[in-house]
Amino acid sequence: MAYEPQADFGTPEVRADTQVTLTIDGRRVTVPEGTSVMRAAAECGGAIPSLCATDSLAAFGSCRLCLVEVDGMRGTTASCTTPVAQDMIVRTQTPRLEKLRRGVMELYISDHPLDCLTCSANNDCELQDTAAEVGLRDVRYGYAGAHHLGQQPDLSNPYFLFAPDKCIVCSRCVRACDEVQGTLALSVEARGFASKISAGQRADDFLSSDCVSCGACVQACPTSALMEKSVKAHGKPERAVITTCAYCGVGCTFRAEMRGEQLVRMVPWKDGKANRGHSCVKGRFAWGYAHHQDRITTPMIRESIDQPWREVSWDEALAFTAGRISAVKAQHGARALGGITSSRCTNEETFLVQKLVRAGFGSNNVDTCARVCHSPTGYGLKTTFGTSAGTQDFDSVMDADVIVVIGANPTDAHPVFASRMKRRLRQGAQLIVIDPRRIDLVRSPHVKAAHHLPLQPGTNVAVMTAMAHVIVTEGLADEDFVRARCDWDEYQDWARFVSASQHSPKFLEAVTKVPAAELRAAARLYATGGNAAIYYGLGVTEHSQGSSTVMAIANLAMATGNIGRAGVGVNPLRGQNNVQGACDMGSFPHELSGYRHISDAATRRMFEQDWGVALDPEPGLRIPNMLDAAIDGSFRALYIQGEDILQSDPNTRHVAAGLAAMDCVIVHDLFLNETANFAHVFLPGSTFLEKNGTFTNAERRIQPVRKVMETANGLEDWQVTQALANALGLGWAYTHPAQILDEIARLTPTFAGVSWDRLEREASLQWPVNDQFPDGAPVMHVDGFVRGKGHFVVTDYMPTDEKTGPRYPLLLTTGRILSQYNVGAQTRRTANTAWHPEDVLEIHPLDAENRGLKEGDWARLASRTGETSLRVSVTDRVAPGVVYTTFHHPETQANVVTTDYSDWATNCPEYKVTAVQVTPSNGPSDWQEDYAGLTARSRRIAAEPGE
Amino acid sequence: MSGTHDRLVYMANQIARNFAVQGETAAIAATARHIHDFWDPRMRDAIMAGEDAGLSDIAAGAIARLRGTLRSG
Repeated sequence: MAYEPQADFGTPEVRADTQVTLTIDGRRVTVPEGTSVMRAAAECGGAIPSLCATDSLAAFGSCRLCLVEVDGMRGTTASCTTPVAQDMIVRTQTPRLEKLRRGVMELYISDHPLDCLTCSANNDCELQDTAAEVGLRDVRYGYAGAHHLGQQPDLSNPYFLFAPDKCIVCSRCVRACDEVQGTLALSVEARGFASKISAGQRADDFLSSDCVSCGACVQACPTSALMEKSVKAHGKPERAVITTCAYCGVGCTFRAEMRGEQLVRMVPWKDGKANRGHSCVKGRFAWGYAHHQDRITTPMIRESIDQPWREVSWDEALAFTAGRISAVKAQHGARALGGITSSRCTNEETFLVQKLVRAGFGSNNVDTCARVCHSPTGYGLKTTFGTSAGTQDFDSVMDADVIVVIGANPTDAHPVFASRMKRRLRQGAQLIVIDPRRIDLVRSPHVKAAHHLPLQPGTNVAVMTAMAHVIVTEGLADEDFVRARCDWDEYQDWARFVSASQHSPKFLEAVTKVPAAELRAAARLYATGGNAAIYYGLGVTEHSQGSSTVMAIANLAMATGNIGRAGVGVNPLRGQNNVQGACDMGSFPHELSGYRHISDAATRRMFEQDWGVALDPEPGLRIPNMLDAAIDGSFRALYIQGEDILQSDPNTRHVAAGLAAMDCVIVHDLFLNETANFAHVFLPGSTFLEKNGTFTNAERRIQPVRKVMETANGLEDWQVTQALANALGLGWAYTHPAQILDEIARLTPTFAGVSWDRLEREASLQWPVNDQFPDGAPVMHVDGFVRGKGHFVVTDYMPTDEKTGPRYPLLLTTGRILSQYNVGAQTRRTANTAWHPEDVLEIHPLDAENRGLKEGDWARLASRTGETSLRVSVTDRVAPGVVYTTFHHPETQANVVTTDYSDWATNCPEYKVTAVQVTPSNGPSDWQEDYAGLTARSRRIAAEPGE
Repeated sequence: MSGTHDRLVYMANQIARNFAVQGETAAIAATARHIHDFWDPRMRDAIMAGEDAGLSDIAAGAIARLRGTLRSG
């Protein structure tokens, strides 16, 4: 589309049952009761001039430009703060209003630099537009008096600048930080003429302040006072394309605003139902990796991994790859081949990779990164509810009265949803946090958890069982709901189990380290506080009892009737942008798309008829099993699209050994990642900006991904997979992802009503979309569970086999940080490194003192599996005995330390519990230095002949 | 996968341990079903071909059941 700013109705939309009709400038207008006069005017096409109003923020009424006349009211009134009334008669344009507005505007402009022609906001500036709208032609006051001109800009933030001389102190930025983001980092310093926007304390600049760089202030600013540096560099955008973010599972939609092939800025799309016009530092700003110098755009091959890479044509690379795959198949059989789909790629690309493995390679050895994150969610929710997905849409949180956050850190990992959650908490919902760390949500501005249960890592099931004990033994269960919706006999078995005295909070306190009284209070609040919603993350799933905890959570929701309506539910916060979609698309080795087991003959027959090939009826290998089998010699070749298992998967040395044992490792990615150190083929990938397709977010919302610029490598990722399939003789002929989506819909009942054309029209759909739910299902299990009766599963707490002891007395748990994403392949190649240049180890002051460690010291982090070194951060965010780090940087390789222990049902690694010792160190470990050497050798690219 | 037999035994025991709360008979059936549904054939073959040493009673019962069903089939 051609560039147009997003429509702004001045004040937020109001939802009301009652409609009100009024007259504005002679036009009859009907709007919901409670709507502002400003919005009513805008909705009928008569925008009223304003500067302090924008429809993402509550009306403020400070700029006095939006004055209107209303029959029966004395004087003039601000239209932004005046609600409509039945039969109200409003005039927005009269000589008196013109004069008033012009006078106000004149005052603003009298203290504003008149450098419009060279200003980065020229022709995209509300101040400039408003001056024109009110007919301001000159300024009578001159510039000799006091003014704010010439003040130095704050350039500290890598992505945007603050120019105080351009600021009109409308407070939109402050209010955006408060109302939209919920960080409250900005304020207005001083009073009157000295008023100035301030980030944090007076000594702070934007970078050193609490600002999380979400960009809401930049988006709200009506001038160029807060402006993206990219706009200053490239100029005003000339077109905008709506697409979906490729970072976390929130699935924010953005307008990619372009000049030619240059992305100028990403602006959250106000109509996006997942993000409602908000964003975080990653989605809005961290897209520079797309043009980073490390990007590989030419295919490369090598005979063995000790050789340098050789750049070749696509034809040569594909022929080499097909030859290797065919040779392995001929010598070792189809089950020696496999693939890994990417949760960063589209549904269509993921579907094609699993199709290539099943129909082309001839095995079911396909897996995806959900193996190491939310596979227990798939198992647990399918077992209890019948569907491997969360139950709610994100909007649902605004109807929650009690919000339980378990093993998730939304302000870091799902920041845009966290802002919605915080908004609801500021409205009065109560919060329970169950996490070993004191995450930000526990106590942040205007948010305080009613209960924080700082459990011992690895005791989730015990905590859930103890909560269930309280609910059942105190008669707080919703037995009417259970009788109507669940298997009553199973419930009784479960209730008997959890009621046993050994499952009481007091008895389990020795295990969980959670004070019994606090746990009891939290359980009572969850059961009796109104609509109660559970949101959970990898702190639940990445344990040896990850699946059990998911089922225990589902048990709690069913027992209290907190399922099947807005404001409640069980909500996994998915990690990567398309991890839900990758799972939906049949990326697991035991099931085809739509979570249907590969052994089901009728389902298999449907695919066989469509694809024209017989499928293996047996489940394939999971990623850890592939690596085991590689070391044993029965698994020989692996196609990896968009994943870096060497950095992301546990026990790095074991992963390396598995990869090194294979005959052919094919890495299809943007960069020479860590896994590529062991690859024979590198197929260059395309970014989300360079392709068409769909992503499915954590609320099952399928949204279009649109190509905004040409591919750097010449092919979108689905085209690369198709080319590889055709090199193997499969004869695929897709010309657009829409055709792949049609095939998905044809073969997947939950996607039956999904098509590219429909997504173009409706912007998003939440599966299931079929005859039963023709418009999708924002909330699931409304009238009944997908599986029929809800299934209570008795979950017995089993301590992990990873034990602390004299040699390894501390427990390591790992996680993520706001500014970095997963293995950091993208975010490390952006200015986000300003906030997180390296992984650090959080350690409690007591543990640090016992070891002679101070803030910033190097420490050796060792487990039974391996060791690495990193700097420490001394903080009481972690409890004594617990240490914490992230895994964003390959130089640290936190997964050198993590173990092979995994979830009993799904093999999801137990990243969250590793027994470790921390000792002072004088720098990187021998392993890190050796690995740096390996990486350098592995990334050599041979010079072309004659160079 | 003889080299990873110990790992398979560990996995089978871990599954069995989590089903044990159902009682031995049901747990044996559930463990066998789980291994049947989620393990690659070479993993199943390897554990069925190996010694039962190290397997818990429930896991051993499940493997015995799999030997009966998979091999007879």
